[in-house]
Amino acid sequence: MITPGLYHILFISTALFFIGMYGFFARKNLITMLMSIELILNSVNLNFIAFNKYLWPGRLDGVFFTIFIIAIAAAEAAVAIAIIINLYRSHKSIDVEQTEEMKY
Amino acid sequence: MSNALQIALIPLLPLAAFVILGLFGNKYVNRSAGIIATFLLASSAALAFYTAYQYFFEYGKVEGVYQKVTAFKYTWLQFSDQLSIDIGALIDPITAMMLVVVTFISLLVHIYSLAYLKGEKRFATYYAFLGLFTFSMLGLVLSSNIFQMYIFWELVGVSSFLLIGFYYDKPSAVAACKKAFIVTRFADLGFLIGILVLSFYAGTLDFNTLIERLTSLQSAEFKMATAASFMGISALTWGLVLVFIGGAGKSAMFPLHIWLPDAMEGPTPVSALIHAATMVVAGVFLVARLFPVFQISPIAMDVVAYTGIISALIAAVIACTQTDIKRVLAYSTMSQIGFMMFALGVSKTGGEAGLGFTASMFHLFTHAMFKALLFLGAGAVIHYVHSNEMKDMGGLRKYLPITHITFLIACLAISGIPPFAGFFSKEEILLAAYHHYPVIFYTALITSGLTAFYMFRLYFSIFWNKQTQVHSEHSAPHDSEKHGEGGLAMMLPLIVLAMASCLAGFIHFGNFVTADGKPLTTALHLLFSVAPVVLALAGIGIATWLFLRQNDSPVKYSNKLGNLYKAAHQKFYIDELYGFITQKIIFNLVGRPAAWFDKNIVDGLVNETGNGTTTLAEKIKAFQSGKVQQYAIYFLGGVMGLTVLFIYLWK
Repeated sequence: MITPGLYHILFISTALFFIGMYGFFARKNLITMLMSIELILNSVNLNFIAFNKYLWPGRLDGVFFTIFIIAIAAAEAAVAIAIIINLYRSHKSIDVEQTEEMKY
Repeated sequence: MSNALQIALIPLLPLAAFVILGLFGNKYVNRSAGIIATFLLASSAALAFYTAYQYFFEYGKVEGVYQKVTAFKYTWLQFSDQLSIDIGALIDPITAMMLVVVTFISLLVHIYSLAYLKGEKRFATYYAFLGLFTFSMLGLVLSSNIFQMYIFWELVGVSSFLLIGFYYDKPSAVAACKKAFIVTRFADLGFLIGILVLSFYAGTLDFNTLIERLTSLQSAEFKMATAASFMGISALTWGLVLVFIGGAGKSAMFPLHIWLPDAMEGPTPVSALIHAATMVVAGVFLVARLFPVFQISPIAMDVVAYTGIISALIAAVIACTQTDIKRVLAYSTMSQIGFMMFALGVSKTGGEAGLGFTASMFHLFTHAMFKALLFLGAGAVIHYVHSNEMKDMGGLRKYLPITHITFLIACLAISGIPPFAGFFSKEEILLAAYHHYPVIFYTALITSGLTAFYMFRLYFSIFWNKQTQVHSEHSAPHDSEKHGEGGLAMMLPLIVLAMASCLAGFIHFGNFVTADGKPLTTALHLLFSVAPVVLALAGIGIATWLFLRQNDSPVKYSNKLGNLYKAAHQKFYIDELYGFITQKIIFNLVGRPAAWFDKNIVDGLVNETGNGTTTLAEKIKAFQSGKVQQYAIYFLGGVMGLTVLFIYLWK
């Protein structure tokens, strides 16, 4: 069995990041877009953990950052879902292409 | 020195009237505005009379010579050690005389206006403007500094503008006030340049110092001013002529007189105060104030003398043909000011030769009395008839007995019939011109004959001649109260001025006002007076023959004169000439190109900046699409761009 190295984890994190990116650009459902953002945030979390473990094993900075990001992600999700619910009430839709009033 | 306070209060009281009535007049004290202003002006007049009395009889004379007393002086604007603009009061015989004239006439006009403008909506505003005018005029005559004089000179101009345009809903009044302001302002440009030239060479703006430096033949300033020359004429002469242009503009001298007849659109009491007695003599006053300097330059003196006599003659000829009674009076004013001007122009300093100066000031004094009387009388007539045109008048002597008598006295005074005031002053003027200036003398003689003719043409046309139909409806009982002679407030000034016109001639002016301050005994040469008086009587005779009864001989004779009559009736086409020069030449050659430049280049630049920005914005606004995902792609592109930048370029 191969013990996973830094590069393996970075590979997974990059993959996760671009999957999230694709989801954010390609999906039209706001909830799915929000989920994509969560994927991006989690890829960042993975990065922090990996660098912390492999480069500075004696320290905890990366772990703390991760905990912060998780907390912020939770808050952001709450706010975003509140916005989406209100959007649904006013537009009867959560399709991102239906919400284009805010322009020039 | 309590004297300083007393003198400062003379102009400040009318200013107080202006401030109080201007700020609170129309809202709070509209009814009593006239009373307040009249009261303040009466106090001012009392102070002015007292000041003049003190000056002439108590402290003014030192060893037989009237001194120039500086009552107070504050440095207002200091440019350098020598050069400063001061605000001060300078009292000398002409100032003392002008203080009396201005406050006296202004007071009477205030009283008169109480009745004349009764019920006017902007009653308080009117009195505020009168206060402003009186303040400016008094400040002008008190000025100790030529720049201070210029400031008040402009203030006088602006208050005249406000008063001419008082009936601002009448287009002709609006046009007249604009014309008056622009013409006098144009002349004031000359005055300003003249001030700068004179003060540049004299190195001072103070009247006393300026006169002292430019008249002593040894001083460095004098030598420099006479040595520097432009187009063969010395800088001193140029300065004086330019200053005189300013004076000629205010005093309505030919060819800058065109505003005065139009200025008659203002309320009649205003015409009496400003356009007969006070403001229009500001030019004469200015020349008199700088008289010692004018004296140095014979060319400048000749300009003054010939401008005066030409204006006097032309105005008298035009006055014979006008039909608007106020315009006749306006031209007569211009003619009389012409007399004052040429009297100054022919004068010398000292002794008998200084007669012209004294005579000019004397005529200024008497003219103020009888011309104000004529205007106020005309005001009473207009008040009664509601028209300015002679054809609407006639036979009014029964309806306006007091106006009739006082008007007759004023006509006799202006015609130079003894023993009325105008006779004495006009005799002196003619006598002053007699010795060295025969051309001016004979022209003046003819002009004074014409004066008698047109004044009595006016008099007979108003009070005798035909019976007009207008009066029958006015004499109806319900109307008679409203259309009497205007009550005591209007009659009192007439009576006072009539008395002044009778008596002012007996003042021995030579004792008080002379070019060098020393008393001058003016003898009345009886034989000399024969010619002018006979000519005046002849003028009156012709006027009686033509206008006493309604007949067709005036029309017949005017037809015989043909083109001359027509030209005079059209005021010698001077207005048309000005119109041609300004509208055809200046507007086309300067105005229109400048307007084109402004519209296309200056405005165009600004407009193009705006249009360019709008066009650009139209093109790039699609970026703000409102699509969240598009924004995210831009953002991603940006981040990737920066990453590339960091990796490959920044290192």
